[in-house]
Parts: sequence; C-alpha cells; structure tokens
Amino acid sequence: MSLSSDPMIFLWTLVKILVIAVPLIIAVAMYVWWERKVIGWMHVRIGPNKIGPFGLLQAFADVVKLLIKEIIIPTNANRFLYFTAPLLSVIPALAVWAIVPFDHGVVLSNANAGVLFLLAMTSLGVYGIILAGWASNSRYALLGAMRSAAQMISYEICIGMALVCVLILAGSLNFTAIVEAQAGGKGLFDWFWLPLLPMFFVFYISGVAETNRLPFDVAEGESEIVAGFHVEYSGSAFALFFLAEYANMILLSFIAPILFMGGWLSPFQGWHLGWFSQPGWWWLILKFFVFATSLLWLRATFPRYRYDQIMRLGWKVFIPISIVWIFVAGVFKYFNVVTIGH
Amino acid sequence: MKRIVGYLKSLLLLELASGLWLTLKYMFKPKYTMYFPMETIPRSVRFRGLHALRRYPNGEERCIACKLCEAVCPALAITIDSAPRASDGQRRTTRYDIDLFKCIYCGFCEESCPVDSIVLTDILEYHMERRGENIITKPQLLAMGDRFEQSIAANRAVDAAYR
Repeated sequence: MSLSSDPMIFLWTLVKILVIAVPLIIAVAMYVWWERKVIGWMHVRIGPNKIGPFGLLQAFADVVKLLIKEIIIPTNANRFLYFTAPLLSVIPALAVWAIVPFDHGVVLSNANAGVLFLLAMTSLGVYGIILAGWASNSRYALLGAMRSAAQMISYEICIGMALVCVLILAGSLNFTAIVEAQAGGKGLFDWFWLPLLPMFFVFYISGVAETNRLPFDVAEGESEIVAGFHVEYSGSAFALFFLAEYANMILLSFIAPILFMGGWLSPFQGWHLGWFSQPGWWWLILKFFVFATSLLWLRATFPRYRYDQIMRLGWKVFIPISIVWIFVAGVFKYFNVVTIGH
Repeated sequence: MKRIVGYLKSLLLLELASGLWLTLKYMFKPKYTMYFPMETIPRSVRFRGLHALRRYPNGEERCIACKLCEAVCPALAITIDSAPRASDGQRRTTRYDIDLFKCIYCGFCEESCPVDSIVLTDILEYHMERRGENIITKPQLLAMGDRFEQSIAANRAVDAAYR
C-alpha cells in the first residue's frame, strides 16, 4: 500500500492505529494504578486512594507530574543517543501491537509471519535499553544495560523455542491461525497449554525476564544500581521508558493467552453452556487480566534473583527443557496426538 | 535420590507456589493503614510530646527555678536564668528556653521536677516555619500549660498510681 494509491486506506489504517494505541496507553495508566493497588493489598496496605474514585486517576497525575519535570542531560552524555534511546524502546513496544489479534479478524495487520514480527520487535527493545545505559555516561546505567542485554538475549532463546513448539503444533506463524488451531470440543483442554505445559511456564517466566520485571529486574535493581539503565533519565524521557516497560508487560499478558490459552476462545467451548461457550474478545480480555495481575503478584511475592541464578535458570534449566520439548512437540505432531482445529 | 527429589522440587516451583499462596492470603486480609489526618491511633497517657509549664490552680506558676531539669537534661536542651521576682522577691525564672531540635523527649525534666512544673504533653503534631522557632520560650511554655492543663492533669491522674 502506498500513500498515493489510496489515501482512504491510509487514513483508515491511521484510525485503526489510534484505536489500538490510545486504549493501550490508557491501559498502561490503569495497569500502573492496578499494580499499586494489588501490591498495596498484598502488603496489607490500601494503595493510592486520594486522586479520583479509588485513586483511579493516580497514574494520570503521575503522567502530568513527569511531563512538567525538567529533563536533565548528564555531562558528556551523547545527546543524540541519549534522546534516541527512549524512542527506541517505546516504538517497538507500540509497533508490536500491529499483529496482536483481539478477536477473529480484529487485528491491524493479519500478517502471515506474525510470530516472526513479534520476535523481531521485542528483540529491538533491548537496543533502547543498551543505548540508554551507554549514552548516559553513568556507571550504574552502564551496569544495568549490560545486565539487561545479557539477560534479554538469554531469555529470548527460550521465548523463541517456546514459539517454535507452538508453531510446530499449530502449523502456522499467523496468530489468528494459532488461536483457531486451539479450538475444539473439549474447551480449555484443547488449548496448547496442556500438550506444551512446560513450555507454557518457560514462555511465561522468560516473558517476565524479557520485560525486566521482578523477580528478574536486575536491569533496574533499585537496591543495587539505583534504577539501572534509566537512572539518568527524568521527566518525559523517563515516562517513555515507563510506558515501554508497561506496554511490554501488557503485550506479554496478551501473547501468553493467545499462544497457550486459546486467545479469544471460550474455556467451555463445546460444553454446550450457551453464551459461556461462545468465543469472543471478552475471553481474551479476561485472560489478559488474569495474566497481567499474576505479573503484579510475582512482583509482590519474590525477591530479586541473583544475577548468576538468572543466567543459570536461562541457560541450564530453560534451554534444555525447551530443546527436549521441541522434540516432544514434534512427536505429538507426527503421531497426531494433539487435535488441531475443529 | 535425595538430590533428585530436591531437583524435582525446585523444578516444580513448589516453594514459589507456597510463597504466592502466602501473598494471596495477605491480599484479602484487613488492611492496617490508618487514614491519618482523619483518624489517629490511641495514645498512651505516658506519651512524651511537646513541653509545657504548668501553674497552680490559683494562677501562680509552679516553676521555682531550681534548675534540676537543666541539670538532668542529657541533650542540654534547657536553658534557665533566674532572679528574685520584682513584686515579692520570690526566686523565679527570667528565662526558660527549650531547644526542640536538641530535645530527645526522654522525659527526665518531668521526672526531676519537684513541683510538677515542666511536663511533656501528649501533643506530637507540631511544626516550625521559620528559623529560630525551634527554641520555645517561657511565655510559650506557660501558654501551652494553660491551654492543655485539663488533658495534662487528666493524664497525670490516670498514671499517678504507677509512679
């Protein structure tokens, strides 16, 4: 599609992008509020409750605060890279939403190589972090960037292998096709989490590591290296990193159900429960909510992994499991153990 | 065998699951948070807060400038000058300053006072806005005593049996 050939398609695509991006940014704000609430409850506190009903507008107040703050540039920082880094982390985090399907046919770009696009875009995010750490001219930031680079590269392998397992079974790189492949008369027992149970956990935990969330947040490591790669960022530049991190968390909470939990399929499909057995976007939103909350639950529960433990988990536990399970998935596929589609 | 069982346990994330279960239970517990300006926690009658100088019921100030409080104060927060009072020649303080920045609220001054003049009230919410306001003077201390005499006396009456 070129701009000159059909301006209407171009405009229509722009509208669709806005329809995805604006709710996403609002969802990030709501997610921040929900995170503070959930973690507060788990700490036997009450969390934000002053701004708006139940403190709902807290995140918006934070955004306004961040936007009116001064951006401080460290001495001898590389100005160009310093300001490119937050963009480099936020643009892939938003761009990847192009291939996320919300319902059958409700997707910005129904790309055949959607899984590849996902891998490519999430891998790009690490450049923002590395450049931020390097361009800040700060030791803490550089340490955080180095840790983050090693960690994200290690766990990307596990994520890639988990994706390989899924697409061996589904026989497609297209997210919509992957979800449709999980349909069946047995409801939630037809989803891929059952045949790929270890890979489901590997994917989920690697995803947590990939988004630099606790217990894998050595890249930020508040108690060790202050704030890691974004220690020198303030104001709206910091807000972009924040937005990217939370957009990635929301992405993980969407992709995990799409790959392993049947996406928008009903868990009671084929059980003849009337409305409950119908597929629809609300199932995906419900699953997203469960996954998103579980990320906060992990944060409230676990202390930070030690750095060598992270590396051990990635290379000596997850990768062997992944390799074994790729063979298992191949065997499943070859002998038609798993029914694909209806 | 033991190693294999341990390995399996760590692989199945059993300990992590029990940790998650614990935080889940805490999530639904009643919260400890106090909505501070609207509600406060109960305060002991022995609470040692802001200082005050008391008077006798007839309006005569209790302090006789014995300077025991000044002597006992471990933080050297109290400064007292004394002179015979002009009207009747009684020994009285001309200056009674307490530096709130030095004070450690130990309550020794109150313990040492033979006439129950200097006391620590149960007031803990106060602030200073300008430099120098941390040093409270005799008129301020007496005003504090006048203002809170009722609660000071009531708290001391409750605690009297244990002193």
